[in-house]
Formats: sequence, structure tokens, C-alpha cells
Amino acid sequence: MAIIPATWDMYDLIQGFLQAPAYHLIFEALLMVLIAKLFFSKSYKPEKIRLSEKEKEVLVKEWKPEPLAPDVPDDHPALQAMEKYCVDGAVGKTVNINGKDCINMATLDFLGFIGNKEIEEEAIKALNKYGVGSCGPRGFYGTMDVHLDLEDRLAQFMQTEEAILYSYGFVTIASAIPAYSKRGDILFADEGIGFAAQKGCVASRSTVKWFRHNDMEHLEELLKEQEVEDKKNPKKAKVTRKFFVIEGIYANYGDICPLPAIMELKRKYKVRIFLEESMSFGVLGATGRGVTEHFGVSIDDVEMVVASLENSMASIGGFCCGTKFIIDHQRLSGMGYCFSASQPPMVAVAASKAMELMQNNPVMLVKLRENCERVHKAIKDIEGVEVRGSPLSPVIHLQLSEPAADRDLDMKTLLMVQDKAISQGVAITPARYLDNEEHLLPQPSIRLSVSSQLSEEEIDKSMDIIKAVFRSVLSGNTAGHGGGGDSAEAHS
Amino acid sequence: MATGRGETRTSTVENTKMSNGQPRNYTNGHKNGHTNGYKNGTNGKTNGKSEKGGRWQDDFEEYFEETPYHIAILTYLGYALMVFIGHVRDFLRYYGIEQDKSCTESNQEGFSPLLVSWESFYTRNMYRHARDCWNRPICSAPGSTFDVMERVSHDHNWNLEMTGKTLKVMNFGSYNYLGFAENKELCGRDVQRVTEKYGVGTCASRQELGYLDIHRELDSLVADFLGTEAAITVPMGFATNSMNMPALVSKGCLILSDELNHASLILGSRLTGALIRVYKHNDMKDLEHKLRDAVCEGQPRTHRPWKKILIVVEGVYSMEGSLARLPEIVSLKKKYKAYLYLDEAHSVGAMGPHGRGVVDHFGLDPHDVDIMMGTFTKSFGACGGYIAGSKRLIRHLRANSHSAIYSCSMSPPVTQQIISTMSCIMGRTNPQEGRRRIQQLKWNTRYFRKGLHERGFIIYGNKDSPVVPLLIYMPSKIALFSRECLKRGLGTVVAGFPATPIIEARARFCLSASHNKEMLDKALDIVEEVGELLQIKYSRQPVPRWTSEALEPSPE
Repeated sequence: MAIIPATWDMYDLIQGFLQAPAYHLIFEALLMVLIAKLFFSKSYKPEKIRLSEKEKEVLVKEWKPEPLAPDVPDDHPALQAMEKYCVDGAVGKTVNINGKDCINMATLDFLGFIGNKEIEEEAIKALNKYGVGSCGPRGFYGTMDVHLDLEDRLAQFMQTEEAILYSYGFVTIASAIPAYSKRGDILFADEGIGFAAQKGCVASRSTVKWFRHNDMEHLEELLKEQEVEDKKNPKKAKVTRKFFVIEGIYANYGDICPLPAIMELKRKYKVRIFLEESMSFGVLGATGRGVTEHFGVSIDDVEMVVASLENSMASIGGFCCGTKFIIDHQRLSGMGYCFSASQPPMVAVAASKAMELMQNNPVMLVKLRENCERVHKAIKDIEGVEVRGSPLSPVIHLQLSEPAADRDLDMKTLLMVQDKAISQGVAITPARYLDNEEHLLPQPSIRLSVSSQLSEEEIDKSMDIIKAVFRSVLSGNTAGHGGGGDSAEAHS
Repeated sequence: MATGRGETRTSTVENTKMSNGQPRNYTNGHKNGHTNGYKNGTNGKTNGKSEKGGRWQDDFEEYFEETPYHIAILTYLGYALMVFIGHVRDFLRYYGIEQDKSCTESNQEGFSPLLVSWESFYTRNMYRHARDCWNRPICSAPGSTFDVMERVSHDHNWNLEMTGKTLKVMNFGSYNYLGFAENKELCGRDVQRVTEKYGVGTCASRQELGYLDIHRELDSLVADFLGTEAAITVPMGFATNSMNMPALVSKGCLILSDELNHASLILGSRLTGALIRVYKHNDMKDLEHKLRDAVCEGQPRTHRPWKKILIVVEGVYSMEGSLARLPEIVSLKKKYKAYLYLDEAHSVGAMGPHGRGVVDHFGLDPHDVDIMMGTFTKSFGACGGYIAGSKRLIRHLRANSHSAIYSCSMSPPVTQQIISTMSCIMGRTNPQEGRRRIQQLKWNTRYFRKGLHERGFIIYGNKDSPVVPLLIYMPSKIALFSRECLKRGLGTVVAGFPATPIIEARARFCLSASHNKEMLDKALDIVEEVGELLQIKYSRQPVPRWTSEALEPSPE
């Protein structure tokens, strides 16, 4: 604040005025006139177009909206396939499609917990005690002892301080990201991340910087660019949070993220990590703790590990684990946690039991790994097909090595493969995507899934069938067999 | 803060409300605190009077009373005091004079702070004091009564410990409208059979071999129940909104959203990429004004016409207990050729003579609503949600919705629970049982609302809405109300800022067909007693007229 000098008073002011030269006074007078003129002149305002009520009526009458939904034909391939392969009974080790039992190589039940009698028994016990629904969000009497038990079990198993349960796998990562990352923050996301994580990035309204799938050099480049930016505006950089968004095993590719390299970058550039382990939880590591255990990285260094219970745990829901400081925040800010009814208790109990079974028999993880390797070995030499995925991954993508320019054409070929395989007793499915919504649309592929329950003979048999089917479809030898799953050419 | 379906206001909405709301008219000496579209001056409604006239309005009475002037001031002072003390204590903690018991992040030197300071300030200094009023664990089915696990804290609510004891209390907190949360006789056996046949999970999305015959059965049953051409079901209610809205509208479209819409609708709207405009809660004039402007002026800047306009409303608003004015909305929607998205999370099953929701309540044609959305969490005692509408719409969603492709399909036992309860409501199994429950709920609702009105409490909402908010206003009284009720055997839900506007903190009762008259009387006595203790009988308006009409005897 300016301090007024003590000598300054009215007398001095008048003295100053009298002593001022005439040209100065005239100049000031002119300025005053100019100000007055500006003050009274009309400001520039373009006339706003005002429509009369009548004109508005006409406009309202004229306007024709687009139809609410585009007309999807009844024979849309996805719909047709869905109806045709509607499953009767459990989607377990085998599935019953149109009255025919097939070996299941399509669904993500890696440890074969669907159809497990012990789990079903526990679930039924819970059903008798709690009923089905929880009838409320966690905050309003939707928290049941079984939810707390499952959270404790998860935290203990993952060796973190705390875990938080969500009632649906998709919303877990989609809620966890926006709970911390806000407008102005930066997410460094792998281009291969799944759709749920992509939606989480969008919902957070943060800046997303995409790095090429598993390309650490590209990531470091981006980080360096950001470092330069930060130096320009250190004040802003100090409050800008940065996160990596990565997956343990990428569902879209079946490969494992290079976690040790990412940890190095994390420390160097001070970035926190969102690690999505939906495909690697209950799969990787000696006890199934996921990619951190696989690489021997301390889980304390990964801020948030998120996984769905819908794959290897064969239940419904998801969880996020980390320190108490981090997780507790989600209990008030995780949208899908606060604003949604909690998991049905019987579903939570089923997940809890599945965890227990896995913890008590780590052999099933070894068996799963052996099966994965066996499938990889068996499938690799089909002409015209490229196999994507790590040999440790239970998710394997079979792509056409010479994709056609038209995506739909490839999809048709793959559907033909699916059709024939199912008719021969192996259930497989192409990976489905929303073509226009994905950040980076993966190439069309058949997504195989391996279960620990499959015996060696079953694997060998189904691999033979898949190979034969691919060969016959790719060689164009499809005449007469395009009919579908009900054709009577079953081999088994 | 206190949360649940229907209890959200986004910060933007909050801001606009604050800026519009602060200098509210004081002409009648009242602080006009509520935001239910029926304020003095705006609609010509007088304070506390309910509305009559017209055809559908004949049986449509909603009641809102303004926050009394002195209460509003005291409430603001209360919050100001809490913030002040919070800052003082933070200051003391910072200098180590008071021990800091909150968690902090460790080993994160050089990282920018993970949490915004205001959020943690609020949890540390305000929410913490009343933490025990939320997330109370229970260890039984959420039926007409439930077992709440007792918790104590030895360090002023920083940590809560279980004592191992349970309290059997009446359940007025769960969304168990038709009492299907516990019904072993009715559908327990079916659900058990399905669990044994299908297991609990599916491990696959609908389009990737996760589509079971039981899902197909449910889809067509839902369509039959609602009277629409087709329906699709999703395993989670929240996700039904957030994952399907993006398939309906996109950039170049306009969403007109009620200001009190649920978080899932807000998130879903955001994910669409369309422009969102918010209109005042249930204010049909505001809606029409915004619709008209939108159609006439087109998109901002480019002035191209909008591709589509989608009006998004809820059937019953779960924090206000108010009903969407559906007949007016439908006629507006037709006039301006907009599409209507109706979220019936709290109304399906609970409203209407056949339990088909607000559409049924108003006697409208379900085809007039383009997108009928609802959840199975509440009235059906299950989990998940549905979208119903024309064949064309559902075909599109089956092929292109996020939920059909990227997430696993509904758990079979849950599916069976919905099939069983829905068949019961439709009268296909146990004829009369569904009808009886619907009538019981309606009777309970009116009886309980009448009782509270007569005792001089300020309650909000439609006379037929099973969600009954009771206004408490002051932050300290919220916690006390919840604790005192629990002590006396009544489990209820309370919510304060930021789930409600600052001066409208409230308790909420959810009625159920499983409550009987005896329980309702007992609950009213408890509320009366606690109300006397806390002096929260604020109402200075005459009780609404409908309460004087004789209530038929309970249909029990």
C-alpha cells in the first residue's frame, strides 16, 4: 500500500494547480472531455436477434431430431451370435450350447471356480441368512459383515493395509481413477488399457497422455517433455498430480507390463501408479497376488492396485487395495462405491470362499501356468494366424497375420472359425469391442482363455480342433459348413 | 459424506444454487431454503400449501416447507463454528501441540499432494465427529428389522471398533420397499436351485458367451412387466446409467437434466460428450423455457440444430421424496420432440397400483417414455438394473452398449431372485401376494407421513412416496438424531452437507411393505420422543389437507 506523505494536504494541491503550466491544464481538460465522451457514448452492442413467439413456433415445428437409436438390423452379427450361442446352464469348464457340451476356452474363469460345489454351498448358506440383495449403499446399512470379511481377506492376501470392495468390476477402475485424478492432473496411460480404465480417464477430466503399448522409451519421452513443461511453470507443477495407468496382463493383448522399468520411471519422475490387475490377479505370482509378486516388486510402491473379482474369482465385483490413507479416500469419493448398492452378500461370500480355496491350494496356480504354456506351445504354428500374448498369460489372442483392409471381413472369418469350433465341441469367442469408442482399436482376434481345470488331453484335443478349423476356414474350404453350430459334423 | 442413491448434487449445481440461493427473497420473513420448484413467487404457490387442480393433479399432493429463518441462521452459524474450530485444531496439529491422528501419506517426497486439502479438512474436522452414523455394519438380512453390529470409539471417532454385540432394530433405512429382502418361502428355493445349476458368476460378457437362457428369460419378463416392447438388463444399477447413456446420445446432442438427478445419471451424461444443461428441480416452466431456447437457438457458437435432445428425470427423487411431474414432462417432450429418459430406481415396484412405477402411478402409456430405466436393488431385493423401450432401442443397446460387451453378465442367482419377485408382483405366482404388498406399502406410506405431519415435523415430498425425508437442519442434531433413534431401536438414515444443501440436512425413512402398523406406531413414538429431545418439530404450517381424510384400515 502506498503511504501518503505527511506533507501532502489541500494547500499543496491548490499550490500545485496554480503553478502548473497552461499547456498542462489544457491537456488535462481535454482528457477529461474525452473520458466524459467515452462515458456517455453508446457502447458497441450488436443487436441481439430476438425471435417472436410465432417464429419460435415455426422453428419448433420445423426441427426434426435424429432417431434415438440407429436401426440395428435383426441379423446384426453380434446379436445373431449372442442369440445363437445362448448358454444353457453354468458357464463352467464345459458349456452347453444348443444342447451340445463344449470345452470352454472362451470365458475368463481361469481357476475353474464356476460349478465348484464348495463355493455354491457357502453361497447358499449366505442366501439363507441374508437374502439376495443388500438393499442399500454401503453408507446406509448396505455394509454387511461379509463385506468387511472379504475386504479384510483381500487386504491381508495382497499384503496391503486396506482394501475396498465395489459391487461391479467395470466401475472399480472407472471410479478409482476419478477419485484422485481431477481436472488439470495428468494421466500417462498405456494405449492398450481396457475400456473400463479408458472410461475412468474420461470421467476424471484429466489430461491423458497416451504412450505406445508397453513402450517404455516413448513413455520416458513423454515424461521428459512434461518435465520441461513443469520447469516453465513450477508453481503449477507442484500441485499437478501425475499417474501411470497400466494393466498387469493386458486383456486386449495378453502380454505383461514391464513393471520393474515402470517402477524406475515412477521414482525418477515422481508419478503414482494405477495398476489394473483384473487379468493377473489369481494368475501371476507364486500365490496369485499378481504382477507385483511376479516381478518381486513391493506392493507398497504401487499406490493403487485394482482388480475385478469377475475373472479368476468367478464372482461379481471388484476391489482396490493400498494404504489406509489412499483407500479411505475412496469411501467418500469413489462414485461407484458411494452411490451404488453394495454387492449381494452371497456374491461376496462366493468370492471370499474362492479366495480361501486359492490360498489353500496354490497348486492350481501352477497347473494354470502349465496349461497356459501348453496351449501356447500347441497353438503357435497355424499358418496365417499370429498368436499374441505371453506364455504365462491365460488370455491369448489369435489374430489373422494378413488382416484384410475391411475389419468386418476379418470379423466374418473369425466368426466362421467360432461357428465351426463350437460345432466341433470347443467353445471360443472373438474378442468384442465397440469399434468407434475404443481409444486404439485392437485388431480382430479370437480370444482364448485357459482354465486350470483343463486336463492335458482336453487341451490337446481342443487345440487340434481349433487348428484344424482355422486351417479349413483360412484355406477357403468352407463350402457347405458355414451353416452354424447346429450342423451335425461334430467330432467329439 | 452421507451418500446413497439419489443423494448427489454436483459441485456445479451446488454453486449455481448458492449464487442464486443466497439473496433469496426475504419478503415474507422466511428464508426460502428449499429448491423444489415450488417456491414463493416463482410458481405463485404459498408456503407449505400443496397443489390441487387439473386432472392428474387431483391426487397429486407434494409438501415442502421453507427453512425457518432463524433456523437457517443458526445452522449457518453452526457450520461456521465447526470450520473455525477445525482451522484452530489444524493449526495446533501443524505445530504439534495437538496430536494428529489422521493418516498421512508416507515416503512420498517430491510428489504433489494426492488429496485436495479442503476434502481432507472436511473429513478430518467435520465428518469424523458423526462418522458412526454411516456405514453401520449389519449381520442379517435387511428385512423389517435387522441386526446392527455395535461399534464404539475410544478416540473421538478416529477409529471405530466392534464390540461384538448386535442390536436388533427396526429397519427404516434400507430400500426394501416391497419387503422382498427376506423371503425364503417365496423365492429362496428357486434361487438355491439356480445357484446349484449355474454357480454364482459368469466370467464373461453377454457378447462373449456370458449370455445365459436365464438372462433371456429375465429380459422378456421385464418387458412384459413394464408393458414395453423389449428390455435389456445390467448387473449393476449405477452402471446401467453410466454405461448405457453414452450409447444413446453423443456430441452435438443436448441433455436436459433435473438438478437433483442421481450421481450415476450425472456421470453417464458426462461420459456421453453431449452438452448438459440443468433445470430447476421439477420446475416445468424452467424446463420448457430451456427446451424452447434449445430448439430455437441450436448449438452454441455454430447454431446448428441439435441432433437430439434428451430429458433426464427420475421417477421418485430419493432425497426429496418428490415425484417427477410426468404428465407435464411427457406433453413437453412431445411438443418439442425431445426424448425422455426416466430413471425409476426408487419408483419401480414401489409406485403405481400394479407396481410398475410412476408411469403406472400417473396412468400413462409406457410407450410415451422413450427410455425406461430402473433398478432391481430396491423393490426386488436383488441387484442390477434394466433399460426398457422400443425394440429398435433395445436392439441397438444389445449390440452397442458398453455393458453388453465390456463387463460380465448378471449373476444367475440374482437373476432368479428378480424373476421370482417380479412374477410375484405380476400375480403370476402367489396371486394376491404382490398386490397385497403394493397396497400395504401405500397404506404404510400415508399412515407414516400423516403421523409425522400431525406431530409437527417438517417433512418433504409426495404423499405417496415411500421415501420420507424429515428435516433436521443442524449438523450436531443430525448425528444425535441418528444415535438416539438407534438407541431406541430405530435404524434410520441421515444426510447432511454436501449430500444436501447446507441448511437442509435431514433424516430419511424408507418405508416397506414388511412394516406393520405396530412397527409404524412404535417408530412414530420413537421419532416423537427424539424430536422432543432435540426440539426439531419446526413446522409452523397447518398439516396438509389430505391427512384429514380418513385412512382405510391397514390391509394386513
